[in-house]
Amino acid sequence: MAAPPTTTGPSKASRSGGTPSGRGSAGRRPPTLRERDARSGLLLISPTLIIVVVVVVVPLAWSALIAFQRMRLINVGRTGLFDDLTLRNFVTVFSSDALWSSLGTTVFYTVGSTFLAIVLGLVAALLVRRPFRGRTFVRAAMLIPYVAPVVAATFVWRVMLNPEFGIINTWGTRLFGWDDPVAFLSQARADVSFLGLEIPIPVALLTVIAFEGWRNFPFAFLFILARLSALSDEVEEAAIVDGATPLQRFRYIVLPQLMPVIAVLVVLRFIWTFNEFDSIFLLTGGTAGTNVVSVRVYELLTVQRNVGGAAAQSVFLALVLLVLVGTYLLVVRKRGGQQL
Amino acid sequence: MSTYNAPWTRDRVERSVLRVLRWVGIAFFLVITLVPFYYMVMLSLRPIQDLLLRPGSLFVELGNITFSTYREVLAPVSSGGQGFLGFLRNSLLVAGSSMLLALAIAIPGAYAVSRLPFVGRRQVSALFLAVYLFPGIVLAIPMFVVLTRLQLRGSLIGLVLVYIAQTVPVAVYTLRNYFATIPESIEEAGLIDGLGRLGVIRRISLPLALPSIMATGIFVFMIAWNEFLFALLFLVDRREQWTVSLGLSQLSGSVEVSTTVLMAGSVVITIPIVVLFFLTERLLTEGLTSGAEKG
Repeated sequence: MAAPPTTTGPSKASRSGGTPSGRGSAGRRPPTLRERDARSGLLLISPTLIIVVVVVVVPLAWSALIAFQRMRLINVGRTGLFDDLTLRNFVTVFSSDALWSSLGTTVFYTVGSTFLAIVLGLVAALLVRRPFRGRTFVRAAMLIPYVAPVVAATFVWRVMLNPEFGIINTWGTRLFGWDDPVAFLSQARADVSFLGLEIPIPVALLTVIAFEGWRNFPFAFLFILARLSALSDEVEEAAIVDGATPLQRFRYIVLPQLMPVIAVLVVLRFIWTFNEFDSIFLLTGGTAGTNVVSVRVYELLTVQRNVGGAAAQSVFLALVLLVLVGTYLLVVRKRGGQQL
Repeated sequence: MSTYNAPWTRDRVERSVLRVLRWVGIAFFLVITLVPFYYMVMLSLRPIQDLLLRPGSLFVELGNITFSTYREVLAPVSSGGQGFLGFLRNSLLVAGSSMLLALAIAIPGAYAVSRLPFVGRRQVSALFLAVYLFPGIVLAIPMFVVLTRLQLRGSLIGLVLVYIAQTVPVAVYTLRNYFATIPESIEEAGLIDGLGRLGVIRRISLPLALPSIMATGIFVFMIAWNEFLFALLFLVDRREQWTVSLGLSQLSGSVEVSTTVLMAGSVVITIPIVVLFFLTERLLTEGLTSGAEKG
């Protein structure tokens, strides 16, 4: 514990011919509590730092390097750290039309799911804001989709939406008079006529958005509910006295106070959904118009065994995310927010 | 309906409509959150023929209830089952050791970040936030390469390593908030009574933070139990090492395993985690949302 003090700069004692090593000389005061605390601080934080640097930061940096190498799964063991740097991966990745369409899919998916999760979370939080019988039970039930393992959740959805024996299609054809069972997860688009217009609907993509919104609304629900319960009642009571209707109170008093937490939720959910892999891979495998970038990265890595290409694509994904979130944060800051 | 003849003001209309909508809304949310899981349990108890004959049914008749699905999913492969007991053991091992190691690393780190004035404290916090926000797939490639080189791919150790790295920043984040709520005067009293800083942590701060530490540990456990992508990347070729998530996803692709058996598998992997969550719900949600109040 008692490491020697490491004050920088020449000390008077050692210059005036004291102990040459400069440690523990008589003129040196013992370290203060603050200095000792600072040293324990570094000591205590170092295991965390080491594991984060070794298992996250270094691999990320290395990923950027791999993106410039022609690494395939076969030669993973032999490629040197700086072997043959090349831009070929990026050329291949960028020249493919599939990249831009999958980026479009990713953005659509992310915006849709984020919006849905936050709206559902907000509505749910408002519903259980005031006490009622069974509130604890309702609150607990609303958290289950978020807690359940993603594999089990996607699997139940797949069975429920199954065209042959899934409950949704059975009931849909029987009760609601659907002409045919809907292949929710394998149909890229369906044309629905509405007022004489043929409107193309991306069925599978909307289904995975619905899943992601369903799975993640509890997260938004928790945060918004926590904020709601911290609001003081006085302003709202004053508004009631002034004759404000419930909707007016929500619009002008409650919602403005929720905006900061909603903004944080937008950023968090956007980032996580943008990188989401599990739910799409498990629901559709990236088929039927749901091929988001993260699933493409996985395919490049495991099916095509092109490690360099996968890295290039993931680096690109990270950069797009960085730009999008950075822009958002700048806009928010300009408008006077102080999020994150 | 009403006994007095108040005029239908906008306020009164809104109140009546919202009163109804509130219960409609609550019913809607109960349906979308509970029905899928009810459906999962219900199917797991039915014979597959029954499902194919009456796909629209929402109930199992008592005479039709079967537990053979559970027997099949849990039994080892050698006796004709799908070996979920083995997967459960692997998941328990991975999630348990991730939890213990992540806590062992995160507790001192969180304390340092919340209390001790070391150089670079703010940068460290920013780094952790960045790691927390920087998930999955980007990290997956280099980890895949590293583990292939170290020949740790296919071993559970590599998985634990990744889970620790991904959960330690979150754990530091939540624990830090908790340590910050412990009054500094209590710790100073300990220091005056002659304890060193480490003594203060061990004798005073840790016992006080114990509920929060437990909650954080369970949170890490849940993340590791539910994780899918890294398990898929690292373990897919080694069936005996599969975790529950990977096992379920792999078996769902095979034709020999019937849907009802897979539903039983889903129930088996979901129940422990949901039970664990509800036992500690209050703690977990407080830890997760601490800071949301400040807005």
